[in-house]
Parts: sequence; C-alpha cells; structure tokens
Amino acid sequence: MEKKIIATTSLAGCFGCHMSILDIDERILDLIELVEFNKSPVDDIKTFTKPVDIGIVEGGCCNSENVEVLRSFRKNCKILISLGECAIMGGLPALRNGIPIEECLREAYLEGPTVGLNTTKILPNDDELPMLLDKVYPCHEVVKVDYYLPGCPPRADLIWDALVALITGNELALPYEVVKFD
Amino acid sequence: MKDRIFKIISKYNGDSSRLMDILHDIQDTEGYIAGDIMGLLADLLSLSAAQVEETVSFYHFYSDKPRAKVNIYLNDSVTANMFGRAEVLKAFEDACGISEGEVSEDGQLGLFSTSCIGMNDQEPAALINDKVFTRLTPYRVSQIIADLKSGKSLDEITVESCGDGKNALPEVNATVYNNIRRKGALLNNDYPFYSVVRDMLPNISSEEIIDIVSESNIRGRGGAGFPTGLKWKFGSKARGERRFIICNADEGEPGTFKDRVLLTEYPEMVFEGMAVAGYAVGADLGLLYLRYEYKYLLNYLNGILDNMRKNNYLGTNVAGIEDFNFDIRIQLGAGAYICGEESALIESLEGKRGEPRDKPPFPVEKGYLNLPTIVNNVETLATVVKIVKNGADWFNKLGNKDSVGTKVLSISGDCRFPGIYEVEWGMTISEVLAMCGATEVQAIQVGGPSGALIGKKDFGRELSYSDLPTGGSMIVFNNSRNLLREVVLNFTNFFIEESCGSCSTCRNMPYVLREKLLKILNGRGVKQDVEDILQWAKVLNVSRCGLGQTAANPIVSSIRNFRHLYDALVQKEVDYDSGFDLESSVLESCKVVGRQPIFHHH
Ligand SMILES: Cc1cc2nc3c(=O)[nH]c(=O)nc-3n(C[C@H](O)[C@H](O)[C@H](O)COP(=O)(O)O)c2cc1C
Ligand code: SF4
Repeated sequence: MEKKIIATTSLAGCFGCHMSILDIDERILDLIELVEFNKSPVDDIKTFTKPVDIGIVEGGCCNSENVEVLRSFRKNCKILISLGECAIMGGLPALRNGIPIEECLREAYLEGPTVGLNTTKILPNDDELPMLLDKVYPCHEVVKVDYYLPGCPPRADLIWDALVALITGNELALPYEVVKFD
Repeated sequence: MKDRIFKIISKYNGDSSRLMDILHDIQDTEGYIAGDIMGLLADLLSLSAAQVEETVSFYHFYSDKPRAKVNIYLNDSVTANMFGRAEVLKAFEDACGISEGEVSEDGQLGLFSTSCIGMNDQEPAALINDKVFTRLTPYRVSQIIADLKSGKSLDEITVESCGDGKNALPEVNATVYNNIRRKGALLNNDYPFYSVVRDMLPNISSEEIIDIVSESNIRGRGGAGFPTGLKWKFGSKARGERRFIICNADEGEPGTFKDRVLLTEYPEMVFEGMAVAGYAVGADLGLLYLRYEYKYLLNYLNGILDNMRKNNYLGTNVAGIEDFNFDIRIQLGAGAYICGEESALIESLEGKRGEPRDKPPFPVEKGYLNLPTIVNNVETLATVVKIVKNGADWFNKLGNKDSVGTKVLSISGDCRFPGIYEVEWGMTISEVLAMCGATEVQAIQVGGPSGALIGKKDFGRELSYSDLPTGGSMIVFNNSRNLLREVVLNFTNFFIEESCGSCSTCRNMPYVLREKLLKILNGRGVKQDVEDILQWAKVLNVSRCGLGQTAANPIVSSIRNFRHLYDALVQKEVDYDSGFDLESSVLESCKVVGRQPIFHHH
C-alpha cells in the first residue's frame, strides 16, 4: 500500500493536541510505516512540497496568519481534520469573543499586571505581525472541514484509531465511552 | 433613601414574593435600582443579593443604571418598521440630540428600543415613560419633544390626541385606538355586566358551572388551546389548602392586541370571568398579570375592581353566596415576552425571573406558591361569562365542528382596515384578507412569529385548532415587502431577544440560524445552508417551553412556503462557502493599533 501523506499544524492552539499525537507512544513507529509526514512541526518541514492526503489542524483562527495557513491546508490537503476543542469550537482563546478588541489589547499590553516591561506603552503594530481578527473563529467557519476529532486534547487512542480508519478505509468504531459528553 | 425603601417594603409586609411590585415602586421613587439598594432589599427580604439582582436584570423595564427623566421606548415590531419606524427614530434622535440606546447629558431624555407593545394596528408606536403614543410621524415626534422641552406633562400632551372609546376616559387618557371592526357573540354589547355573578351564581353549584364550560367545548384562547372545562375540573380536584385564578394579560406575541381592547372596553366581563372561575374551582384570589406596556390601563382597571367590591361582586360572601370569598389583584409585569408562558408568569408573580418551570407538575396541580392554579387567557375568561349566561348549546352552534365559538382576531400589516375582528372559527384566510381589505397579498403570518408564514397556495385553509390555529395575531404582507429581510429576520431577532436563556438549544440555535439567514441574505449562502437550517432547527424541539420550540418557525415556515426566495439568493456555482471575510474581520484591530491592513493574495 502506498504511504499516505500527512501534514499537521497548530494555529491558535497550545500544542497540546500535537502532544497528544505524540502520546500514541511506540505506535508512532507503526504510523511511520503507514504515512509520510509533509509540512508539520513533527518533522519541521515548513512548506508544502507535495499534495497531501490528510491535513490535521489544531487550534482555531485568531489572526490573519492563522487564516492564511488554514487556507493553504485546505488547498493542499484532500482531507482536512479539525483536531481538538480549539479547532472545533475556538476553545480557550475564544474567551475573548464578546470583549471589545480594544479592551483586550489594553489589558494585555498597557494595563495588565504583567506589562511593566512595555515602557513605550505601544500596542504591537508592526507590519510584519499578523493582524488580529475581530474574534476567534473555529476552523470550519473559515474553510470547509471534513472531520472533527473532539477532546481537549483528544485522546491519543482516538487520534490513532481515526487515522488508521482513514488510511485503511475502514469504519471508525465509536463506542459509547468515546462519544459520551462527561 | 433608606427610609423610603423601608416604607415601600412595609407596604408589602416584607413579602419577598411581591418583589416585582417592590422594584416597580423603587424604580418610581429612586429612578433606578442601584446596587446598594439591591443589597438592602436582599437583607430586608431575607433573599440573597443574587436573587434580587437576577430579577432586576431579567426584565426590560427595570434598570440598575440611571435612566432619563423621560424615557422613550420605540417599538421595534415588524409593522412599526413597515410603516416608517426608521424615519420616526431619526426624528427622535434629531429632536433629542441622542442616538438609540443613549441618555442625554442633562439626564432629561432617553431613547431605547423595545419589542412589540401591542399596538400593531397603529404603528409606529412608542412608550414614553408609561404613556403610549401611537401613529407616530416625524412631525408628531418633533411636536412631542418640543412640548416636553417647553414643560408640558405627558398627560397634557396625550389629551390632544386621545383615542376612541374608553381610551378617552380621564383615568385612561391614552393615544390608543380600539379599532373594533367587527363584533360577534362575544363583543356585541348584549350582556348586562355582572348578571352571571349576581343572578346565576347564587343558584347554581360549582360542579354545574364546570359542566356547562365543559359541554360548551371552549378551548383556551391564549394559543395552546387546552379545553377550559377540563382545566377547571383538574383544578377543582387538585389538592391544596388554597386555589388561585390567574388571568393572563401578558399579550406579548407580536401582532396580538385583542386582550388590550377587551381590557379597555370589557374589563367587567374579564373580571367577572375570573370570579366565575374562582367559584367553579374554589379559589379565593384572582391575579391579573398585566403586561407593563399596558400600565396606562392600571388605574382604570383598579377603579373597576373597587366598583365591583362596592357592589359585593368581589370580597367576602360574593353576591350573598355564603363562604364564597374572592378578590382580585393586578400584578404588573416588567417587560418580558416569556412571562406569557404560564409557568414563567407564575414565577414572575412570585417575584422571580420569568423562567418557565419543568412540567409536569402543571399549574393546575402546583402553580402559584405551589398551590393549584388555573391560568386562562383574557378572552377565554370573558367568553366563559357569556357561555354560562347563554348555555353550552348556544356556544356549540358557533364556529365549526373542530373549533366552536368565535375568535377575536388582531389584524395588522398591509390592509386597509387593521384592527379587531371577531369571527367564527372556520373562516378561510381568503375571507379574512377580503374582510380587512388586503390586496396584492404576498403572505400572511398566522398566529404571530411562533405561528406560520403562509402564501397564496394556503389561502383556502381555515382558521381552526386543527388546521391553522391562532391566538389571534394575523399580519398581512403585500407584494412590495422583502419577506426574508423585513419579516423573518425581525421575528428571529425577537425570539433571540426574548429567550429566557435557560435551555442551551433556545439560547444558541436561533442565533446560529440567524447567522445562516444573514449569510444567505448577504449573498454568501449555498444550497447546503438551507438544508442545514431545516435539519438543525429540529434540535429546538427539546427546549423546555413553547418559545424555544417555535423559535425557528419564522425561518422554517418561510423555507417551506417561500423556497423560491431562498433559491434566488443562494450561490449556484459553489457548493461550499463559509461566509468568512478576512478583509472585514481585521478592520477593527488594525484601527485600534493604528496600522493599515495588508493582505497577501496568493
Ligand atoms: C412563549 C409563550 C408565550 C405565551 N404568551 C401568552 C400570552 O401572552 N397570553 C396568553 O394568554 N397565553 C400565552 N401563552 C400560553 C400560556 O402558556 C397558557 O397556555 C395560556 O395562558 C392558558 O390560557 P388559555 O387556556 O385560556 O388559553 C404563551 C405561551 C408561550 C409558550
Ligand atoms: S425554551 Fe427558551 S424561553 Fe423556554 S425555558 Fe428554554 S430557554 Fe427559556
């Protein structure tokens, strides 16, 4: 069987979902037999070098760069998966939704208890920096997403089972313990 | 200030279940309900501070911040918008020098928006403090504000434009019109008030009354259509040391205003109906829950009650009937559509947030103060009086097989003669439209936003509980109207605004559906969005009360009956579009930090 190509990225996430990917432990050796990683922090490839079968996205979109990366994933990947709470719902970063951006920036850079070092009192505005979005968007509100793997982070077994199912074309078993809410 | 609060609380004997009245009084004397007052109330009423605050924050007409001396609440209903709300709002803004949602710097004038105030046949309308002003035009607005600024009182201003019928009585003095266009068995003036209580009750048993009501086959006129006789029977059998009768005059369904007219012209019959119900089930207290928007009727109605007490139609041994003690109190609401739902209404009567209860138990078993309680609509109670007077057979001859009797309709929108029409059940929509002088009709909303938006192919259908049920609201839209933008969006906003917030389905799904609708209206929709709406709306069925269960009706019934409007708007070439727009979503943050947006188009 030809190896499937995989790409992964972390947008507005904490890399916890990626840690959970690594949590498949020694099965990562089996995974390497099944897939080849392309653009991903796992192998540190920065740009897409070939068409990808499965793209895995951690985190939602909080800035323009997230949107650009997500759009490039959609363009280069046949199948796109939202991995984890932040990609699916916006997650913790989305707590800022509903608070005016000005208030968030003021708190973060001018008035919060930890801003003592910002002696120049400027809000970051360099053209090199990504632009903040009006709110944090889950991935599927920006591009089409094919599959969702919930969890914060999703359990390693779930990630493993889902990948194996996708790669082998078998149906994913979803027993009650996996889909229950609490 | 403390002394005034003490006085108010002792007026209500420190009874925490009277919190609604206490808050109304405080708002009247202090202007608003400040945080420290809430703390004081909590101490004095043995409530937690959170309990006081959650009630204050729930209702539209309580405020924890100073409002102006004169507060203008401009109605935002669909008909207000159809008949020039935008221009009227602009006139208010220009005349007051403030925008919607603001209070002028000198604290004199405040301008706010509010949900339907029950004046759909005379829009645009506004509440100014507690006075209703209808048929507003930019000219009239500039006059009102000029008069106010020159020191005239609201009462003086109203006198110049007083409405018809009893609206012109000095104790009402409202710029409100009854617009009664057609009278039938209920509204024709052939009934000598109080004759049932005075002449019949002393000679008839409570069981016989319940039998008459049951045999008449009357069903509730408030929307849900529960058989009234059966409700009374349950209530009379339920165990409890006291029983209560509640008359539901919350009338919040946009487009309904018939209860207002009944309470203006026939309050005697409504109160008499409550007394008859009280006699039938063995209640000793009746509560009329009057929506805040009808506060201008409060003094007038209390006057009628006083008069009834004087004549012993209320009080102890009513009409000389030994041990039949029954009195009526009017409870003023504070602006919340959900308080029309009977269990939310009861919570509100007990001084709490108007959040519906889980059912069962139903109010007939555990209602007000957890005791057996009958909740009936204004029209139901007034009609029962005539049924008892004229007999069940008389009533059964009216209407059709499935729905007996008459229904008082509130008709508004694009028709020559908006107003009140009493018709027999079974009338077709075509007849209704002809009756009110509607032409070039594109659609009619039957039963308010929670009902259905129907088009030509359904105009042959009949008003009845089994075909097209209605609490009375009928809003007509002609061919010039943009149904989705003007009507469906407005109704959906209404439900989002008025949800009590308890159920996650009702709190979220209408919002999600509105986003879909807006996306479609903005040309970014795809066919799948329409399918998604139909699928997703189903989750609302698990909501606790009728508000959530019907909140998707405007969107869903417009898709079912006006699919072509959606088909014309969705994109044909693409099958997926998230609707996301990077350019507009970074505008705000770039402005805040002071930089020009730059986009790398690949
Ligand atoms: C959201 C909602 C709002 C309601 N509003 C009213 C109302 O304003 N007036 C009314 O009589 N019934 C209203 N009802 C129906 C009441 O819950 C109740 O069924 C009715 O008052 C019973 O009286 P009836 O049997 O005489 O119709 C509403 C129900 C819901 C779910
Ligand atoms: S359905 Fe809506 S209005 Fe009714 S109880 Fe639930 S949240 Fe409240």
